[in-house]
Amino acid sequence: MRWASPFKLHEAGILGMNCRNVDFIGRYNLRRFYPLVDDKLKTKLLAEEYGVATPALISVVRTQHEISHVEERLMQLEKFAMKPSRGSGGKGILVITGRRDEFFVKSSGVEMSLEDIKRHLTNTLAGLYSLRGNPDVAIIEDLIEFDDTFEGYSYEGVPDIRIIVFRGYPVMAMLRLATHKSDGKANLHQGAVGVGLDIATGRSLKAVQFAIPIEQHPDTGKRLIDMHIPDWKEMLLLASRCYEMSNLGYIGTDIVLDKSRGAQLLELNARPGLSIQVANGRGLLPRLRHIEKIRKPHRTAEARVAYAMETFSADGL
Amino acid sequence: MVSRVPFYTTIAILILLGISLAVTRHIQLGIPFWPGEQKQAWLIEARVDFVSSNQPVLASLNLPQNPPGFTLINELAASPGYGFAIIENDGHRRGEWSKNLANGQQTLYYKVQLIPDTERSILTDNERPIARTVLWSESESIAAMDILRQAESKASSPESLTRELLRLLRNPEPGQNTALLLTNHSVSSALDKLLNQSGVPTRVSVGLYLEDARRRQGLTPMIEVFTNDRWIVFDPQTGHQGLPDNLLLWQRGGDSLLDVVGGQNSRVSFSMIEQTLPSIELAQSQFAGQGLSWLGVHTLPIEEQSMFKLLFLLPLGAMVVVFMRIIIGLKTSGTFMPILIALAFLQTSLGLGLISFISIVAMGLVIRTWLSRLNLLLVSRIATLVVLVVFLVSLLSLVGYQLGFSTGMTITFFPMIIIAWTIERMSILWEEEGPKQVFVQGGGSLLVAVLAYLVMQLPVLGHLTFNFPELNFVILALIMLMGQYTGYKLSELRRFRAMLEQK
Repeated sequence: MRWASPFKLHEAGILGMNCRNVDFIGRYNLRRFYPLVDDKLKTKLLAEEYGVATPALISVVRTQHEISHVEERLMQLEKFAMKPSRGSGGKGILVITGRRDEFFVKSSGVEMSLEDIKRHLTNTLAGLYSLRGNPDVAIIEDLIEFDDTFEGYSYEGVPDIRIIVFRGYPVMAMLRLATHKSDGKANLHQGAVGVGLDIATGRSLKAVQFAIPIEQHPDTGKRLIDMHIPDWKEMLLLASRCYEMSNLGYIGTDIVLDKSRGAQLLELNARPGLSIQVANGRGLLPRLRHIEKIRKPHRTAEARVAYAMETFSADGL
Repeated sequence: MVSRVPFYTTIAILILLGISLAVTRHIQLGIPFWPGEQKQAWLIEARVDFVSSNQPVLASLNLPQNPPGFTLINELAASPGYGFAIIENDGHRRGEWSKNLANGQQTLYYKVQLIPDTERSILTDNERPIARTVLWSESESIAAMDILRQAESKASSPESLTRELLRLLRNPEPGQNTALLLTNHSVSSALDKLLNQSGVPTRVSVGLYLEDARRRQGLTPMIEVFTNDRWIVFDPQTGHQGLPDNLLLWQRGGDSLLDVVGGQNSRVSFSMIEQTLPSIELAQSQFAGQGLSWLGVHTLPIEEQSMFKLLFLLPLGAMVVVFMRIIIGLKTSGTFMPILIALAFLQTSLGLGLISFISIVAMGLVIRTWLSRLNLLLVSRIATLVVLVVFLVSLLSLVGYQLGFSTGMTITFFPMIIIAWTIERMSILWEEEGPKQVFVQGGGSLLVAVLAYLVMQLPVLGHLTFNFPELNFVILALIMLMGQYTGYKLSELRRFRAMLEQK
């Protein structure tokens, strides 16, 4: 079968891009709230305001001349993450995991001099990594030290959990693991592994790479079936709270699990991708329509998460 | 659910408005729906010759006035040194040439362009003409009475009377009475007098038989008989009743055909030629300033018109892009960049356009990799690219010219800024997502551009969008309709096919 029949796809409840854009993003995401999400700095400040856990902000570089001021600050830091505020697709994220004399060591083990870091900052400010090449701002924040549970599950890069939140209800989740092929990036179309997660339990349902089911991580050989995400409910709560925070009805939340600080919100996405369906092996549409029909939405994140965990089990909807 | 009624109402109104306006204008103004539609037209030239000897001249020629069966679309008088005016008087049109002092052989021309128009063949008249009193010489009077009595006994109507009289007058072995009448009269004037004597109003007209590429033709006298509120034409030479398709009634009743004051030996002759003209041109000249013609862009100067010709193609290109992205799901680099490339292709030609576009972008990418090492700020980097693209294009044009391709110059039609941005975007794509994505998106853009070009270069569509700009409402409605499409894209049928297979 080279092409799927559109009727069968619809029967399977698979959400297409046009439907997502018109029926969900267009209807539930008001344009004026987009900047809060598209700008990581704004998201971060907002998250701090709403008490949503997020990696602590160390410093912000807004203009070219501030780069020289930030030098001293950087020299004192052992490890940090540096990212463009309006970067897209994980571009321009620099992760420094340690120091070796004068040099900064990237997560891949490559050494960078202070000059290299300053050039990276210049590029970020010029908009090299931002959407449409607009001038940008660089954020320097605390490095996430990911939980031991994920040891060996990710090749370079941080394993993060993408949860789709619709009207405050977590509807579908997946764990994204970088691979050698994806070059440390967590995008499924670039070759990252997607592990579908059961909303009710946080257990893995299936794992795919390039839409093909796999059982082991292609680089580390770790078994991907029977995974269990710790602090699952806490993670869903964090995702659910992002609804009040962002005012957006249909969002993708990217969450990481820190060894000492627990679940942390990395970023929000107002146009979350559709490949989560492939990782879960099921369509989003039935769940979204179910949430759409709820007349009186639950007020608190706790109630919504409880409802979602009850309703969206692996055997349920 | 939000009500979709207002939306679909708008769509329906847009489509109806577009189509009904187009149809109205087609009917009212005769603008053809199909390009290259041709209509037959006649170009007739009347030539007036006379000799003048150092005196003021006034020549007056009767001109056709709403000739039945034809529509006059254009007329022109070309005679050096003469003033020309068209004077309308008492339902007749006369062209008047005047000159203060003329000497020797004089030639005046009047040209008229006519198209056959079958809807205008009815010969009605508002005024009810009255039969004239007729004067005969004494012997003729008796003969006429005799012929009339003979004809009237067999006739029941003015038409049959005319036919009967014609039969008698045109008899190869004329009787005594007919022979007597025809010694001093032509058939037509004898017929004219006889009919009036019998109380049937008539008039003598002159017509021109139209035959392709004839020169020096004369006019044929015709008798028009008034009966049942309409004029019926008889050809006294042939006895034929009714107006032949190829007969142009040049003058109907009235005064002389040609008067020349201040000249001798005047005569008029006609030449004619059959032309086929594009209907579109006819429609333009025929209906200028009428009805809904102000809606067309033909009233604008030619230069603006050609700009509009391109402009009105843009909605089509936009529709192709919308279709390819929403329904097919093709990735392009830059949403509407493909249209701009397609517009450039329209100016260059497809093959050449593709080759030059790809080579410029490829060269640009090579230069861009070198630029990225310089660590320039974004704006200055793009500006550098713009300048370099200008150089590249000039270089290609020069090389093309030296190699003998004069078409090399047309590369300059490419939008430089767009090319610079394309190079920049492709280069970033290359660095971040690898060459595969560059080929996917670049190829997608080119494919959409080529498709948009193929659609926009269709003569039918170019003709329709330019002559019926209101049809763009329909395109607008289609684009809006596609914006509401929530079904799967074609590409998603492949993307998600694995999910169904696993089930």
